[in-house]
Formats: sequence, structure tokens, C-alpha cells
Amino acid sequence: MRAMLAAFAAIVVISIGASEFLDRAGFSSAEQASSSSVRLGE
Amino acid sequence: MKRFALAVVVLLAFLTPGLAQDQTQEPQQADRSATGGAQTLEDIMKRQRGEKVDNDFRSNATGDPDSAAGISSQLGTLGGVSDPELWRALRFGSADIKVSSGGKEATVLMQDGGMRWLEIRNGPLKIYGAYLLAGTLAFLVLFYLLRGKIRIDGDKTGRTITRFKAVERFGHWLLAGSFILLAVTGLIVLFGRIAIIPLIGKDAYAPVALASKWVHNNVSWAFMLGLVMVFVMWVVHNIPNKTDLKWIAVGGGLLKKGVHPPAKKFNFGQKMIFWGVIVLGASISASGISLLFPFEFPMFAATFEALNNLGLPQLVGLGTLPTELAPHEEMQYAQLWHTIIAFVMIAMILAHIYIGSVGMEGAYDAMGSGEVELQWAREHHGLWVKEVEQAEQKTQAPDKSAVPAE
Repeated sequence: MRAMLAAFAAIVVISIGASEFLDRAGFSSAEQASSSSVRLGE
Repeated sequence: MKRFALAVVVLLAFLTPGLAQDQTQEPQQADRSATGGAQTLEDIMKRQRGEKVDNDFRSNATGDPDSAAGISSQLGTLGGVSDPELWRALRFGSADIKVSSGGKEATVLMQDGGMRWLEIRNGPLKIYGAYLLAGTLAFLVLFYLLRGKIRIDGDKTGRTITRFKAVERFGHWLLAGSFILLAVTGLIVLFGRIAIIPLIGKDAYAPVALASKWVHNNVSWAFMLGLVMVFVMWVVHNIPNKTDLKWIAVGGGLLKKGVHPPAKKFNFGQKMIFWGVIVLGASISASGISLLFPFEFPMFAATFEALNNLGLPQLVGLGTLPTELAPHEEMQYAQLWHTIIAFVMIAMILAHIYIGSVGMEGAYDAMGSGEVELQWAREHHGLWVKEVEQAEQKTQAPDKSAVPAE
């Protein structure tokens, strides 16, 4: 049971980590599909 | 000689109508003189009937800058490409487009494959996928009603044996937990429009869809990690061997009470699940990565080329598969493939969940606490129990004879 809960906790940590990492590394859709000449969110 | 000549003439006379008929059937579509080479009413009707129209006469008619009239001549300033020809080039993706951002995919202004993809996604993909899942559930309910819970036949010993170590259970649940999240969110995204929006409305569905997308995109990494862990830990135990034949011969003992074919750590049923999960899991991960990073990792043109070379699509009547795909078509194929594999995996895992929980007494403990009832282990994994007991005896034996260090 403890291994199962640890695995579920790992899923949460990995998912949030992946999201943060990919966003910071410039892989967000907004950054991928635009260039300096595109003003998003302004 | 005269007779022979006459016979030849008669034979030719019979053959000619046949030949003439063949000729009238073939080049019919090529005759577009009435429209000056543009599409004819017959072309349009054919397309409306859903028949395949060879579009070469249009896709290749995109003008020729090299044979342009001189700049001082009439129409010379058009540069050898008329407006309809330019539009045709845009329509068939051969125009020379330059964009300031967005890469190769942004240079495709029209992509008619998108409609085919949408029709398949909204039609057969959803329908057959739903049938598969409903059919699997119905089968499992029927199996439960007919066979009931598979009980431990012998007397319980009250003793347990360690079936899976903590790290094995961790890997399993990493894979299992992420798979369930991916399956549920994938189904929400696929069936949202037809199954959820009518129930809760668009305003309520929007955040659900957004959250599903986030979960689906990010939990995927945990799934891939779990897949690698499970493969590394269990591949040795899942190589098919002769014992599996005995298991197959009695249907794994699933159908009849008291039948327990010999099995090592994993029986043939579990091996099928293992290889199914590994192979389909690898494929769904590859197509998933292709979808996660759009247009970065196209896989299908190369895959289709390899399949064409093997001759497999031709063998099953699919003809030669296209090997030049627009970036969007790559994504469309990836989405369809990803979903097809997902449906097969969900069906397979439903059966796995059933037999690991309500379907069999004592099975859940293997992944719950890791400790299973010895009698359960003897019945379902007899050879493995012997292996473990022998290994224990070996490790204990030297201990007894060992002289304690002073």
C-alpha cells in the first residue's frame, strides 16, 4: 500500500516538474508558435 | 490458308468490340477539352459521389514562370503564373510560401487531409472505440456471472510469500496510476463533445477539458518512466518458454475450477499483458511525444516508407501508403494511431484490472502489500514458489554451517 501511495505521489511530482521544466525551457505552445514579431498577451 | 485467314478475321472481329469497350472506360477522365483542361461536371459529380478523383490535372497546372511572356508583352507582368494557377498551388501545397514564424507547417495554407482526419476521429474512431470498451466490459460482466470469483481452491496456510518487492510495486503503480489518469483524460477529450457537453454544458466542460489536457500532457512522463521501470525489472521473467504451452492448453485454468497449470513468476496470460503493455506502451509513447512537440518528431512518412518496402500494406489491400506527408498530416496520423492504441490498451487493462481485483481471490495482495497467501502462490505460480523456496534453502544452509566470527 505504501509503495502504491509513493508511486501516486511520484506521479504528481513528475507531472508538476515536467510542466514547470517544459514551460521554463521555452516549450509552451505560446512560445513555440510565435516569434518576436508576435505580441501575445499584450 | 484461306480458311485460316478467315478464322483470324472472325476472331479479330469478335475481339474489336471488347477492345473498344476497354478503351472507352479508361481515358474518360482525361478528356477535358470541353472545359479547356479545367475540371468537368463529371469530375465534380465523381467527387460528390465520394469516388476518388485523380487531381494531377489540377495540382500540376500551377503555371510555369520559365515560359512567361516577355515583360513588355500582354499579360507579361503576371510572370507566367495566372491567379487561378497561384490559387491551385496554394490549394495543393506546392506554392513557394515564406513565413516569418511557425516553421515548415506554417507554410501550408490549405490542407484538405484535415477533413478526412476529422471525419475519422468523429466517426469510426469514436464509434468502434466505444464498442470495444463496452464489449470488453460486457464480456467481463458475463465472465463474472458465469465463472464467478476465482477462489483459492486449497486450504489457506495462513503463511505468506513475498511476490513483489516495494520497488516492483512502485514501478507497477507508477505505470498503472498514470495510465488510468491518461485513459480517463484521453476519453474526456475525445468524447467530451458528444458525451459530456450535452450533460454539463460548454461553460462547465471548458475547465474540465483544459485540466484534462494539462494532466494528459504532463502525466505522460510518469507513464514513460513506469514503462521503462517495469520493462527493466520484469523482462527476464516474461520471456516465453515451454511451460507456457501447458498454460495455453488448459486456458490458464481460468475456465474451470481446480485447474492450475504450472507457471513461474509470470504465467502466459501475464506475459501477454506484459508484452502488450510494453509494445503498445512504447508505440503510444512515441506517438504521444510526436503530439506533445507538434511537428518536431514526424514519424509516419518514415514508418509508411518502411511498411511499403516490406510490402505489408499492399498485402492487406491498402495499396502503397503515402510517404510525402504535410506536417499536419503527420500530426493527424499520430493522433489517430495514438487513440487506436489507447483503446486497445484500455480494453486490455480493463481485463487486467478485473482479474487482479474482483476476478480472483488473493490476486490483489501481490500488488497491494506484496505478500501473497502461500496456497494462492502454489496454485497460480507453482514453479515460482519452488524456485523461491529452493533459493531460501540455499541461502539458509551456509548460515547454519558457518562458524560465527569471534
